[in-house]
Parts: sequence; structure tokens; C-alpha cells
Amino acid sequence: MKPFTVLDATAAPLMRQNIDTDIVIPIHRLRDVAQVDLGPYAFEPLRYLPDRSDNPAFPLNQPAYKGAEIIVADNNFACGSSREGAVWAIMGMGVRCVIAPSFGPIFFNNCFQNGVLPIQLPREQVLAIAGELEAATRPGSNSEPRLTVDLEERTVSLPSGRKISFQVDGIRREALLKGLDEVALTLTREPEIAAHQAKARATTPWLYQTT
Amino acid sequence: MPGQTLFDKIWERHVIADLGDDYALLHISRHLMHDGGGRGLRAIKDAGLKVRNPDLTFATFDHIISTEPGRTHDTLRPYAQRLYHMRDEARRWGIKLFDLGQPGQGIIHVVGPEQGITLPGTLLVCGDSHTCTHGGMGAIAFGIGATEVIHVLATQSLVQRKPKRMRVNFEGRRPAGVTPKDMILHLIGVVGAAGGTGYAVEYAGSAMRDMEVEGRLTVCNLSIELGAKIGMVAPDERTFRFLEGRPFTPTGAMWDQAVADWRALASDRDAAFDRAVTIDVGKIAPQITWGTSPEHVIAVTERIPDPAASGDPDKQKAMQMALDYMGLKAGMPIQEARIDWVFIGSCTNSRLSDLRAAAEIAKGRKVAGHVRAWVVPGSENIKRQAEAEGIDRVFREAGFEWREPGCSMCLAVNGDTIGPGQRSVSTSNRNFVGRQGPGGRTHLASPAMAAAAAIAGHIADVRAL
Ligand code: SF4
Repeated sequence: MKPFTVLDATAAPLMRQNIDTDIVIPIHRLRDVAQVDLGPYAFEPLRYLPDRSDNPAFPLNQPAYKGAEIIVADNNFACGSSREGAVWAIMGMGVRCVIAPSFGPIFFNNCFQNGVLPIQLPREQVLAIAGELEAATRPGSNSEPRLTVDLEERTVSLPSGRKISFQVDGIRREALLKGLDEVALTLTREPEIAAHQAKARATTPWLYQTT
Repeated sequence: MPGQTLFDKIWERHVIADLGDDYALLHISRHLMHDGGGRGLRAIKDAGLKVRNPDLTFATFDHIISTEPGRTHDTLRPYAQRLYHMRDEARRWGIKLFDLGQPGQGIIHVVGPEQGITLPGTLLVCGDSHTCTHGGMGAIAFGIGATEVIHVLATQSLVQRKPKRMRVNFEGRRPAGVTPKDMILHLIGVVGAAGGTGYAVEYAGSAMRDMEVEGRLTVCNLSIELGAKIGMVAPDERTFRFLEGRPFTPTGAMWDQAVADWRALASDRDAAFDRAVTIDVGKIAPQITWGTSPEHVIAVTERIPDPAASGDPDKQKAMQMALDYMGLKAGMPIQEARIDWVFIGSCTNSRLSDLRAAAEIAKGRKVAGHVRAWVVPGSENIKRQAEAEGIDRVFREAGFEWREPGCSMCLAVNGDTIGPGQRSVSTSNRNFVGRQGPGGRTHLASPAMAAAAAIAGHIADVRAL
């Protein structure tokens, strides 16, 4: 997994509530397209017009936000299915960080499994960030719609220079910073797993009568 | 110190190691797999890893199979290879697989409880978000991603953060025509599609105690639509009655020992919850969704809400986009919406009690001429039992199509889709944009309401039939 330390990048506001995983990546794409090629299909229902040309109303299609590596979203981002393809698709379009007031719980976990940082902030702060990004794209603005996410410091720096602190669980942060592989880590705990299972076999033996 | 919740008790007994920050390495007592998640077994092979406990993993085919009568593995050519691969890998590792045409095949969340694989007190995971369904048996059950599946296969454990606890008290008696599906849709309408985010939800109260297990599975199924990965109901005598004698439930002295253990799992009287919501079930009417989020739900007697009436500009925008997508106008009585499709099936509502309820409405009536209506039983066993009861005939005579068990038009990944712009009443759990096929418009409802719509040709109040 690629480590995540500091990300200084263009950020695009996608301020719509309950963007579900069927929007993030439609199931038929997940079925027919290889994992590494999902990028062009991320947000497909919002991103393209019926004739497959770019929908100009979709923020990430707008020149100011082209190549955004950070998405700022509204409540319940990527709610719905467990499909990890939702993370692979946004990674495929270059995104490494999503900031939102709340996330679909399985998507949230899947992000960490792939080196993507989901940042949960109070809605007012998310709205403030989105507001600054939009302001930065207006004519005459002398800033750019960029954010700096520092995982070591746990801060997001806004175009105005304002810094917002965020929380991220210690073990998730550690894994992201170092790019650790969770399966490899857990395999080193095999003796503990075996001991636990031996105990469970004794106290709840019916769970192990499966044949 | 306050007492423990049902959730706490089951969580605690699965902790292998405390990792700090409310994280734990958890033992997985049941792992379920479906044909949409064959990647996991391939990855294990590619990484040179081993399946640690094949005896605790169970698999079936549901998502990518055909549901056409007379199907075989090869009916859907593009996926045949995946089915063969999964079958080979399962055999190689010794994972129990319920294959097409065998008792036990079906939608994974229908099969687990039906086979007695899902037991009270287990910690069960599956690479599918509706794994929350199994919580209706008194288990902690949640969906995981593809990488987490590999973690479970290799280590029989998972790293998770302990969620907060929420209790939903459903109190009172269900009025006629109101089903468990209506209860959970109503709840999502009240607290919103993110109302349960960050919580493990326990459904309690007199209406849950009075409910049979199949209904509890329906309620728990939509926990993820509430934003919660986990939904559960304390196991009780109904649970034990449901389980006794199923293929994988314990027997003899082991059964007695298990039941004694399960009786102690219920939340303590003084258990503390981080959030509590009480719903008066007596005030619920049959529900129908009008938009593209399950929180866009109203009683079938209502008019489609006006976005302008919402005080929140972001909500207004979302509502208007949903109305545009759904081809509906604010203020219109929802019953005026003419439909093209009815789908009765999915891990939400494809169990025998669901099919019986829909058949009761269909009996002696006819599906409207412009409507196509499908009934897709949740499992091979349900199909056989329904056929033994003559339910398939009731449906066929009314003009419904009777299909083979699988996910079918709930997810539409197998090509069972509705057309762009077409409108469907579906007993499934997601009315997302394009869920039943690109451009398709989905209204969620109970099996009885879906059957009523099929007959009326438009969204209809089952109580008025
Ligand atoms: S029936 Fe639908 S929701 Fe249930 S497992 Fe299948 S695809 Fe998922």
C-alpha cells in the first residue's frame, strides 16, 4: 500500500447528500471492467451526459477542478454497498482523500485498506471548506482551489491559510503513514488467534460443528 | 456500572486482542461468500496464502447467476467461468458451497438463517452490505470490503472499531396491511439515511418481540439503508423455534447448551445506549418510496412532497434532483404513478412469509396488462416449499412470472433489468439511481404492496383492494 503523509492537491466540492456507491461505481462497470481501469467510470451517472460527453455541471469536469485528488462531499458519502470498487474507482481518477460530514461505514473502512484517507468533519466545517474552494475558482480570486492535508499533523489547510484539525484513529493513521499491510500484520498474531479459538471451541462448541 | 447490551456481549466474546482507540482484532465465527466475491479466493491463491478456517466459511451463488427458469451454469455465458472458478476453489479448500439446484442455494442472506448457519451469538461477516440481515437472529453481522474478505480468509479475524450503540423501540401493534418492511422504511424516513451512521442498532420493543424471525430479518436487512452496518434483535423463543432442526443447528445436548447460552444474550435491563428512538407502530401506514434514497419515503395515501417545503436548501436540491430522475411532480398523489414492472424478491423480502403475503393479494386477480411482474424466491428451499404449497400456481395464474432463486432484479447485475425510464415497484432495499438498470426508477415497498401495484397497474394501497 502506498503511504499517505502529506497531500497538497486540487480539491473539488461535490456537495450532494447521500451519494451512494451505485453512483460512485455502477455495478455493471464493476462486473465488466478491470480494477485498475475503473477510473473513467467513477461517478458515471453524474459525470456524463446521455451522449457520453462530459457533463459540465459535474464539478470534477470543470477546468478549475480538473485532476482533483481530494473530494469534499456532503453527508453520508458512498453509502450503500460494500463494493470496494467504489474506492478503486475514485483512486482510478486520482483521488487520495475524501472529506465529508459522514460516510457509508463499509466504504470508510475500505478507504483505509487502499491508502485513501477519509476525513470526517462537522458539517459546518465541510461547508466552509467547500465554500472556500468555490470562492477560489471565481474570477478575480487570487487563490486556487487547493487543500493541504497533513496526516502527521492531522490538519487540513484551506486556500485562505486557515487550518482545520481532524481526528483519525491511531491505528488507521499509523497504517496509512507507513503503508502497512493489515493481513501481514495480523498473520504475526497467529498464536493469539489460535489461543482465542481454542477457548471458543471449549466454551461454545456448537459453533464448530459445521459438517 | 451500567449493564451490557446484546451487542456488547457478543462483541466481547469475539475480541482476540484490544488494539487501543476502541479497535479490536475480532474472531470471526461465521464467514459467508457469494459469487460476486470470488476475487477473495483468487487473491488468496495469488498471494500464496491459506484459507485458515474453511470449516467456518460457507458459499453460494446468487448475484451473477441467471434466474431464468431452466437455467444452468452456462445460461449467463460471461459469468460461467467465475462460477466454475469459485466452485473449484471452494472444493480445493473444503469450503461448503451450495450449488445451483441444490437445497441451500439462494441469496446468501436468506441461506444463512435458513440453513441454521447463522446462529445467535455469532460474529458473522460477508463481502456484502446486507449482511446486517443476519442480525435478526441475534448475531453481530456486517458487510465487509474485498480486502477485508481476504483478511478473514487468511486469518479468521478482522480489525474493527467498536461502534456506538443505538436502540430503536418499535412499540405497539401493527395495523392491518402494515408489515415489517413498512416499519423499517418508516424509521428511515423519520431518522434519515444517515440516522444510524456510526451505530450498531438494536431493534427492540413490543412490536419486535411479537414479530416472527423472518420479519426481523427484513427489518435488520435495511439497517445499512439507515447508515448502520449492524442491526440486531435479541434472540428469544421465536428464534429458537425457527432454528431447531435446521441442517447446521446444533442437536441433542449441544442444542440445550446453546439455547441456555443464547438466553443470556439479551441486553441487560440497565444497559446504556448512545441513542434511542421510539416509534409508535400503531401510527404507521403502508410505505412507498418516491425518490432515489430510502429516506424519500411516504405513506401510500400521501402526496409527493414539495422540495420547497423543506427548510434545508441542500435537501431541497436533493429532493428536486430525485423528482426529476423519477419523473414525478411534487404534490401529485403517489398512487397516480403508473408502473411498468413489479419485482418481488431480494434478501429483504423473498422468504416464504413474503411470498405467501403477496400470493394472498394475487389470488384470483390479474396483473394489469401493461405490467410485467416477477417473483424470485430467495432460495431453492423456499422455491420448493412454495411450489409444494401451490403458491407458484397462484402467481402464474394471476400473470406473474415465477423464476429461479437469486438476487435478480434487486441489483440487476445479471442482466435482469428494467429499461431506462421504466418504473418499478420492488420489494428490495435500494431505490438508488440506476439500481435496477440504467435510467430505471424504483419504488420500494412490501410484498403485499408490490402485488397490489402489479394488479392495479399503478402504485396502490393494499388495504383498498
Ligand atoms: S438480493 Fe440484492 S441486496 Fe440482497 S444480496 Fe442480493 S443484490 Fe444484495
